[in-house]
Amino acid sequence: MDILLNGEETNVMAKTVSELIVELGLETRMLAVERNLEVVSKSAYATTQIKAQDRIEIVHMIGGG
Amino acid sequence: MNNDTFKVGTYEFTSRLIVGSGKYKDFETTKLATEASGAEMITVAVRRVNITEAGKENLLDYIDPKKYTILPNTAGCFNAEDAIRTLRLAREAGGWDLVKLEVLGDTQTLYPNVVETIKAAEVLVKEGFQVMVYTNDDPIVATKLEDVGCVAVMPLGNPIGSGRGLANPFNIRVIKERANVPIVVDAGIGTASDAAKALELGADAALINTAIAEAKDECLMAEAMRDAVRAGRKAFLAGRMPKRAFASASSPTEGYIWD
Repeated sequence: MDILLNGEETNVMAKTVSELIVELGLETRMLAVERNLEVVSKSAYATTQIKAQDRIEIVHMIGGG
Repeated sequence: MNNDTFKVGTYEFTSRLIVGSGKYKDFETTKLATEASGAEMITVAVRRVNITEAGKENLLDYIDPKKYTILPNTAGCFNAEDAIRTLRLAREAGGWDLVKLEVLGDTQTLYPNVVETIKAAEVLVKEGFQVMVYTNDDPIVATKLEDVGCVAVMPLGNPIGSGRGLANPFNIRVIKERANVPIVVDAGIGTASDAAKALELGADAALINTAIAEAKDECLMAEAMRDAVRAGRKAFLAGRMPKRAFASASSPTEGYIWD
C-alpha cells in the first residue's frame, strides 16, 4: 500500500503504526508519529490503522539552537 | 549565592547557561562541550527521521535525556500552526512539556514573527506546555508574552548566529525590570563578555549555541561561557558601583607626606 511517508510516496506492508515502526527499523528510537496531522500517542500505535494515501510523519530530535 | 537557583516554570536549575546542540562538527564534540559548559538544559530541533538511514546514530545517543533537561525548539517554523504541530510531536516523543517557542519572520534576519509567536503561545499555554519564548528586544511584546502565560521570555541580543553581542542592552534591562517571569538572553552572544554582560544587566540566564559550536576550541569556549555567566550573575547580585563623569581617587586624600 502506498502512503505519503515524511513527504515521500512510499510502499509499505505495515497495517498499523506499530508495524510501520518495526518495518522501518525504528523501534529503539525516541520519536513521534503524526497521522494525517494528528499526533499518534505511543499507547495507540498498535491500534492505529494505516490506510492507503495516509500522510504519516515520523520525527526525532536533532541538533538545534 | 549557593541558594541562587534558576527557576523557570516548575523546573529549577543550578546553571544559568542554556546551550544549543546545533552546528557542531560531530556528536562527540556536542557531548564534550555540553559537559564543559555546566549547562543542565539543552535545546534540540524536531525533524523528519531519514527513513533510509534508520540505524544511524542520533543526538540523544550522546546527550542523555535523563541527565539533561531537553528543550525542544520550533526552529525553522514561520507560522503558529507549524510551531504548534512541532511541539505536540516533541511532547509525544519525549514527554517534554518545557519547550522553546520560536516563530521566525524570514530567513535573512531570522527575526521573530511576533504576531505568529503570540498566536502559538496562546494555544500552547492552553495545552499545558511550559513555554519559553524567543522574541525581539521589545518590552511591550515581552509583557504581552508574559500575559499570555509564557514561563520565560527570551529576547534576542542580536540576530541568531550573528555573534554581535547585545545590540540594545538598555532594552534587556527594561524588559527585566518589568518582568515577573525569568528573562533569558537568547541569540547574538558571541563571546564570554557578551554573556557576562547579559547577566550583569539582570537577565536570569543566557542561551548560547553558535558561539560555542563555532569556536576553534569548543570545550574551552563552553567553559568560558560557564564562567562568564557565573561572573555576570555574581556582579549583578553584588550590585555594581555607579558610573561617574569624573575620577574618584581610590587612595585617601589626606595624610600626604608633604602636608
